[in-house]
Amino acid sequence: MMRFYDDLRVGDRIELGSHLFTAEDIKIFARQFDPQAFHIDEDEGARSHFGALVASGWHTASMWMRKLVDYHKREAEALRQRGERIPEVGPSPGFRDLRWYKPVFAGDTVTYSYEVIAMRVSQSMPGRGLVTVLGSGTNQHGARVFSLESIAFFQRRDPTPP
Amino acid sequence: MCTPLAKLYFEDFQPGHMAEYGPRLVTREEIIAFAAQYDPQPMHLDEAAGQKSLLGGLSASGWHSCGIMMRMICDGFMLNSASMGAGGVEEVRWLRPVRAGDRLTLRVTVLETRISKSRPDMGIVRIRYEMMNAHAECVMTMVTPAMFGRRPGEASS
Repeated sequence: MMRFYDDLRVGDRIELGSHLFTAEDIKIFARQFDPQAFHIDEDEGARSHFGALVASGWHTASMWMRKLVDYHKREAEALRQRGERIPEVGPSPGFRDLRWYKPVFAGDTVTYSYEVIAMRVSQSMPGRGLVTVLGSGTNQHGARVFSLESIAFFQRRDPTPP
Repeated sequence: MCTPLAKLYFEDFQPGHMAEYGPRLVTREEIIAFAAQYDPQPMHLDEAAGQKSLLGGLSASGWHSCGIMMRMICDGFMLNSASMGAGGVEEVRWLRPVRAGDRLTLRVTVLETRISKSRPDMGIVRIRYEMMNAHAECVMTMVTPAMFGRRPGEASS
């Protein structure tokens, strides 16, 4: 959400867009970062408890980040064209409760979103607010495949000294 | 979990077990290549933009660090195990920037183990991972419950 901390509200929800996971992409990512047999070979995937080639969970999660960054860039461009201030967002100190509910198979399309679930002003960085979002991904059958609670620092519009 | 040749099953993981893997060199090229594909923010793509950012220099995407850690886990022991994947991650903390030229080592600590109630042929091993740079600074931690198959013949006992 390309907004200042002060413009965000708990409950705000944003659709980030979709990504088709091809067999080729699944294998390219996995060969580099997660070369377990069920992520790099169709036959091994079929023999595994997954029953087919399945994307690395880190691939599913990394694509959420890509969709988030793309969304922020579109929003920043829109602000730029309107001549408005562009807030700084990031960096993130981490995430918690990442879940891979169901496998993402070759040919699946995952639609990503996020929702603001908590906000607080940063103690260590007065010009920033700490925003917790629930990111999630849903496949073409409407089943949730992925979620996480991600934390990021958002710039405050007019930080008042404490 | 230090025996290099025998395949690791659930029974081979015991609370308190520790192991270290690496070092793994991180290159500028791979930082930029990962960022271009999955996290194209300026501080992950460009040295000058990194200098201007809160990270103070070109630094790897946190998701790239996760990928590097996962690969070190795979090469360290996971590929030699009856891994059945993981249902999630409890927590990841990105504590310090990962820079080009960093040599990362991975420390693995088994926290606890239990047999799955719903699938008795499988066990869950809760593991803490700590990734350190060459200055012995911890750059990232992760706690995750990983699933491993039980040693053949053990599941019925």
